[in-house]
Amino acid sequence: MHDLRELYEEVILDHNRSPRNFGRRPAECNRTAHGHNPLCGDQVEVSMTFRGGVIEDISFSGEGCAISTASASLMTQALKGRSGEEAQSLFDAMHAVLVNDEPPDLERLGKLGALLGVKDFPMRVKCATLPWHTMGAALAGRDTPVTTE
Amino acid sequence: MSTPPRTGEAGPAFDVEAIRADFPALHQEVKGRPLAYLDNGATSQKPRAVIEALRDYYEQDNSNVHRGVHTLSERATAAYEGTREKVRSFLNAADSREIVFARGTTEAINLVANSFVRPRLGEGDEIVISHMEHHSNIVPWQLLCEQTGAKLRVVPIDDDGVLEIDEYLAMLGPRTRFVSMTHVANSLGTVNPVREIIEAAHAEGAPVMLDAAQSVPHIATDVQALGCDFLAFSAHKVLGPTGIGVLHGKMEHLEAMAPWQAGGDMILAVTFEKTTWNAVPYRFEAGTPNIADTIAMGVGLDYLRGLGLDRVAAFEHDLLAYATERLGAIPGVRIFGNAPDKSSILSFAIEGVHAHDVGTILDSEGVAVRTGHHCTMPVMARFEVPAMARASLAFYNTRADIDALAGGVEKVREVFRLNR
Ligand SMILES: Cc1ncc(COP(=O)(O)O)c(C=O)c1O
Repeated sequence: MHDLRELYEEVILDHNRSPRNFGRRPAECNRTAHGHNPLCGDQVEVSMTFRGGVIEDISFSGEGCAISTASASLMTQALKGRSGEEAQSLFDAMHAVLVNDEPPDLERLGKLGALLGVKDFPMRVKCATLPWHTMGAALAGRDTPVTTE
Repeated sequence: MSTPPRTGEAGPAFDVEAIRADFPALHQEVKGRPLAYLDNGATSQKPRAVIEALRDYYEQDNSNVHRGVHTLSERATAAYEGTREKVRSFLNAADSREIVFARGTTEAINLVANSFVRPRLGEGDEIVISHMEHHSNIVPWQLLCEQTGAKLRVVPIDDDGVLEIDEYLAMLGPRTRFVSMTHVANSLGTVNPVREIIEAAHAEGAPVMLDAAQSVPHIATDVQALGCDFLAFSAHKVLGPTGIGVLHGKMEHLEAMAPWQAGGDMILAVTFEKTTWNAVPYRFEAGTPNIADTIAMGVGLDYLRGLGLDRVAAFEHDLLAYATERLGAIPGVRIFGNAPDKSSILSFAIEGVHAHDVGTILDSEGVAVRTGHHCTMPVMARFEVPAMARASLAFYNTRADIDALAGGVEKVREVFRLNR
């Protein structure tokens, strides 16, 4: 039960209930990518306005579980206004913690730390990382859909 | 829900606790809770007799079949071919040669699609399936249609998940070459009126295949009474091992079919000029077969027969009614599939919560259910949901398992603060 409370922390539930930067594409959006988790049917679209090496605006849409929705929502908040390199490096940091089980730098992760509860649920890690992989594809200008499998 | 047929004389009471004692995997804790295994539609647990049959075979009889004259090979061959007779009797088939061993339902459907239907199919011909099929009874036909210019016709289902039989009857015609339909729908539990489906197709001269993956574990199957041309099921859903299953085909059809895969065992004589095929069913069983699992499959079918399928059906029917009532009483729970004739399957969603989250929280309560699209993406689209949670029952489940499920669903509501 302890684990479950960490997985579904207040921040996650809040972002699932009212996802931020959700459902609209940014004005002058010039990068979009799609992600899909065929195992559970999660679909996510990440769109951004990327200019002068900076993510000026970013949003997402789609249908997914609480973990993927909250992860996408928190991600858009964390990345708005960041440079492409910063975004990539934050993605790498999340990946290192969630997938490679490296110790987290909580200060750097900030609110994203709420996603760490997923580590105890190996079947759910992909739910948390899907929006990030999709963001990475959008940033790189790849429009082939990202899949978790 | 209609009442399933009951046996004339009252058998001994259905002693679930004694039955559960035969299934080692049921007796464990998951996340500190007693396991409530409600994912039988995905695969059933195995009775000790099946597990022991596997071990005994490898410890005592292991050898290749149909090949040696030595004692072990004789024993293995007798047990392997004896299983063919067991399956014949289980399905009440006319002849044990009508029983083809395949890897499972999926392989059996692909075999029929490629060996039987493909050579009979031309541009503009039609194959009929339904909207509630498992992907394995959609995609092989779709591929075949793409390759031959034939057309796939899909019978719709209504809001309760019931086949629109009038639409089906209207769809049949001189262009119908084949009908392939599930007996019990794996994501909705709907029991299809297969007798009527088969009779109507036959009236148009179209043979019918039944996907019996979800019916064989729960409903007594008599292929002669059904009149189906082909029927397929997987051992692992009916107490047996993975990697083995059955295709039943009418003798006249099997005799007329060319082999699908080629190699050893499926031939009578080979020269570089010409190979003569072996007789049915060996023609369809190229290579060294899955001997141990085939034998263990027969032991699983014996176990189920020993319980009596009518008693199993009656027991599961009561349990499904109880589960439907318990979940139906929880606010925000939506149940998918309300066919009057339903078997063992209860798919549901909780308003405001994705099925994946439901699955994780139920697991934390020791409750195993399937979550996702259940390999029936068209059904998800029909009900406009990305995924469902599915509890699927077996004769070894108890009301305590259902109570754990209901408690787990309450837990989901608590974690997601839906009670406020
Ligand atoms: C109705 C139905 N058909 C076919 C299949 C495929 O069975 P298998 O994967 O054992 O070949 C399943 C199992 O998931 C099923 O439920």
